[in-house]
Order: sequence, then C-alpha cells, then structure tokens
Amino acid sequence: MNFVALRMLMGDRLKYVGLVAGLAFAALLVTQQASIFNGYIHRMAAWIRDTGGADLWIMDPQTNHTDDAKRIVDTALQRVRSVDGVEWAVPMFKGFLSARLPDGRLQQVRVVGIDDATMIGGPPRMVEGELADLRGDRAVLVNEADLGKKLIVSESGARRPMRVGDRLDINDNEVRVAGVYAKGPEFFWEPMVYTTYSRALRMAPAQRKQLQFVLAKVRPGADTAKVAADIRAATGLAAYTGDEFAWVTMWYIMIQTGILVNFGITIALGFVIGVLVSALLLYTFMIEQSRNFGALKAMGVTNRAIVRMVAVQVLTVGSLGFGIGVGAAVIGGGVLAKADLAFRMVWQIPLIGAGAILICCLVAGILSLARVLRLEPAIVFKGAT
Amino acid sequence: MSTVNLAAGQPTADTRSAAVRCRAVTKSYGKGDTMVTALRGVDLDIAKGELMMLVGPSGCGKTTLISVIAGILDRDGGECSVFDNDFAGMSQRRKTLWRGQNVGFVFQAFNLLPTLTAAENVAVPLMILGQSRHAAVKKARDTLAMVGLGDRTHSLPSQLSGGQQQRVAIARALIHEPKLIVCDEPTSALDHETGHIIMRLLKNVALSQERALVIVTHDARIFGFADRIAKMDDGHIEKIVTSPKDLE
Repeated sequence: MNFVALRMLMGDRLKYVGLVAGLAFAALLVTQQASIFNGYIHRMAAWIRDTGGADLWIMDPQTNHTDDAKRIVDTALQRVRSVDGVEWAVPMFKGFLSARLPDGRLQQVRVVGIDDATMIGGPPRMVEGELADLRGDRAVLVNEADLGKKLIVSESGARRPMRVGDRLDINDNEVRVAGVYAKGPEFFWEPMVYTTYSRALRMAPAQRKQLQFVLAKVRPGADTAKVAADIRAATGLAAYTGDEFAWVTMWYIMIQTGILVNFGITIALGFVIGVLVSALLLYTFMIEQSRNFGALKAMGVTNRAIVRMVAVQVLTVGSLGFGIGVGAAVIGGGVLAKADLAFRMVWQIPLIGAGAILICCLVAGILSLARVLRLEPAIVFKGAT
Repeated sequence: MSTVNLAAGQPTADTRSAAVRCRAVTKSYGKGDTMVTALRGVDLDIAKGELMMLVGPSGCGKTTLISVIAGILDRDGGECSVFDNDFAGMSQRRKTLWRGQNVGFVFQAFNLLPTLTAAENVAVPLMILGQSRHAAVKKARDTLAMVGLGDRTHSLPSQLSGGQQQRVAIARALIHEPKLIVCDEPTSALDHETGHIIMRLLKNVALSQERALVIVTHDARIFGFADRIAKMDDGHIEKIVTSPKDLE
C-alpha cells in the first residue's frame, strides 16, 4: 500500500509542494543558523587552536577570553617552571595597542609577543618570510587576511596592501613588516601583529604586570590534569588545557553577546515554523483525504496499514524537505564562506536538522493519524442513518 | 410472486443457503435526549446467489443496515451472521481483514482514488490483501475488460464519465472475488440508460451462485433487477417482495 500512499500524497500537488517547502524551510533555517552559530563558536577560539605546541595555558583566574587583558606578575613564569611535571614554560604577551599606518591613519591592533628564544606561540603558517625573521630589527609579522583591508599603504596617491619591508608605528615605536602569516578567521576583528615578547613589552605602556599568558608543556608521561592542578595550587593562577580555555572563551562571548540566545531563538523559530506548517498542511491533507481513507478502511485496510501509509507519506516529504533544506543551506553556506562570513557545517548539524525534521514529521503525522484512525469507515455511505 | 411479512416474524428464506442472516438487529446513534434509533429489530435473510434491494424513505435505516451487514458498523443488539461469521465476536482488526477478503463495495460517489489510474484503483483490494502491485494491476486490466473498460485502464477517474467510473468501482468490488457485494445507491448519480447498464453488469457479472448482492437504492427505475426487495421504514423491514409492483 506504500504505492497508494505515495500516489495519494503526490496527487495534490499544491499541498505536496507546500509540505515539502515547509519542511525544507525548517531544515534550511535549523541547519543554516546552526552552521553560522557553529562558525562563530569556532572563530571565538580559533586563536587558541592556531597557537600550537603548549599543553597548558596559565593566566589570571579572572581572564574571561583570549583578548581579556588581565596581566599577571612576571615571576609567575618561574613559578610555573618549578612545578613538577612541567617540561618547559614560555611567556606570552597579548594586548591592544594603537598603530599609526604609513598614511597616517590610526588602527587598533592586537600585538602578540612570543618567546624570543623558542618562538613558541607563533602563527600557524607563514606565507612570506620565516618565523625566525622576528629576530630581525624591529620586526613584526602581519596577517595575510588584513593586507589590503585594514593594513593599507598610500603611495603616490594610490593605495596598496601593506607588504614586507613596510614600516608602521605601534604605540610610537617604529616597526618593520618582516613577514606575512596566515591563520583561520577569528571572532575578533582587529589585525593581529606578532612580534617577540621583549619587543612587545617595549611597545606596550609600562605597567607593573606585563605578562598575559604562560604557555607550558607537560613532561611526557605526566598527567596533564594533575600538572594543571599543581600549577593552580602553586601559583594561584588559572591553568587550562587548550580545549578548556577555548570553552571559557566561547561561553563568555556567547553569554555576553547574546549570540547563544539569538541563534537559539532563530533555530527554535525555524523548528516551530516547520512543525506548524507541516502539521497544518498534513492535517488539512488528511481531512480532505478522509473519505478516501474511509473507503480504504471499509475495503479492508487496517489501522496498522493506515499508520504505515501515513508514515510513508510524512517520511517522504520529510526526506525531501530535509534534503532540499540542507542542500540550500550548503549552497548558501558556500556563498557566505566566500564573503568571509562565519559558516561551518559539521556532520552533527545535518544530524540535528534530521532530528528536528523527524520531530516535525512525527508531530504532523501523529496529529493527522489521530483523526484518520478515529475515522468510521461508515462515512463512505453518504448520510448513514 | 410472494410477499413475506417479516414484521409478523415469518422469515421464509432458505436459511441452509443463507449468505446473510439477521435477527432482531438494533442500532442507535447518540445518547440521552439526542439518541436516534436507526434499526428497531430487523430480521432479514439473504440467500447466496440473490440480489436483494433495500428500499425506503431517507432515514429509514437502509444504510445503517448494510453498514452492519458489511461489518463496518457495530450493531447494538440482535444477531447477524454473514457467511456464518458473526462480527460481534471479532476484533476491529479481524473484522477489517475479513471485509478485505469477503466484501466488495460499490459506493454512490464511486470513491475512486483520484490520483490512481482505473487499473490501479481496481487493483487496490488485491494490494490490500498483500499482492504485488504488478500482479494486482495485471489482474485489474482483465477485470476492467470484463466490465467493458479494457481500453481505459490508464485513465484517471477525472477522465472518465460517471457511468465509466461506476464500472471501475464495480470492477474494484469484483477483483478479489468477494462473497458479498454491498452497493450504496449505485445508480443515483447516473442517467437512466447508464443506470441500467450498471445494473445489468451487477446482475450478470457480479452475481454468482456463491455470492450475494445487497443494494441500497431510492431509484425505482432499477427495482426490476432485484430478486427480492426489502422495504424499510422507521428502522424496521415493513415487507419483502419479489416484484416492484408489490411495493405499492
């Protein structure tokens, strides 16, 4: 009877298209918004993932995210190094400083100062030059993505992207672009400039505390969680793994910006619209088909078979709607990604979308079935009195 | 020609070959002040090979009675067996399965599925019984040929005239070779000539020695096709006659 169920479904083209479109819209909203949300989440902690090499991040316990400048005393570095299980530890500076570009424009930049000796904490990939070029006089590295957008040079009246060899002032300290690096897009938008730790300290305004992070490596065989606990006990500082620091950052930004609630509302609305549209259309479809279902019941179709027929109908529109919705989300995501907007669809998102559509179908199917199953086959005899 | 007055408690049909046997069947709708009694103790026998018509004014209980006989409506009281099966002891599921195997329906409004072709509509009862679509449609084409629609197997109901749609419905009622065929006003939506074609088809093709036909109708033009006519009024059978003239 699956054949009959499908032909009944597809016979009313308008309702069929409406059902598929309703579910496709719900799938599109749920998966697209979830992917954009995931894209933002991913970007919030992108810098932590891009900073490889260390097992633990040590910082002030009140630090809320990667760009939250709460400095710690310089001696913290030595105290971390003295904790049993720590193989090595290096300092890192990170802070917002004002840069004056060659054309005189002011641009806020994030300066990251990495350990002079080891260069641990540097950018993930060099596009031009080498990380070691930072050891050169007044050297900084700039992000490929900022060239031509925020890091621009005016030359003979024409504007061009900043390039290796160009000079700029950071907090009245002249620096020279020694190389260009590449990294994934981030949630924060100010250009990130890498330099050495000691040079970063010279650029930054004098403060009693200058150190932002200590990056530490756990000795092979040592328990990372225990070493982190020992560091916390010995220094009174926070010690996180990369994942833990990423979650601290992500939760803080999600809550403070309202991103979680806003995306949650949009995703929930998509889901509710999907349920309402599909349930309403399927219900009216069943009402219109009730005489046909009545005839089928009279002719010997059991309620169990009716359940199967309705299941086939809702699963068909559900699968089609889901496929079209997710397909549109993927195509739209490709366009969004080209525009450098956050869109990141991981395999779990279509799975969540499928779950949402399945729930839409179940609700719609159950509401419609309740009516059809209660249907007296005697309705096929007009005016049964 | 004879008249059997069941109201006097003298059912004279040959019960040894009875297809349908009803005794004191009652049925009401609603409760309390809104209760409507549709059947007030109906006695009726229908023999195998017989074409029985149920006639009477609107609201007299004809449709309720065929619904009870066909097993799609539960009676409140009395006895009713159809080919020695009493629906009273059956679960809804068993009743539905029994109907699927043993009852063919012809409805006033045809009730063909509008999105299925004529052959697919006719094949539905076989598909309900579990046959493959291919085999069912193949047999449906033969059955449609039997009712004179061999050349319209691919037509949708909307492409057929009322008479052709009713012939498709008859083919659908016949395809699974049921023991009982129940028809509700099969000619009321048709013109006189088409109505006669339909009745000849029912009489000549649908009726057999092992099968009974029950037709509910208002259409006096087709009374002549009946073997017996049961006249109903106010929920009971007033009289059963073998000739329309005796209905006066």
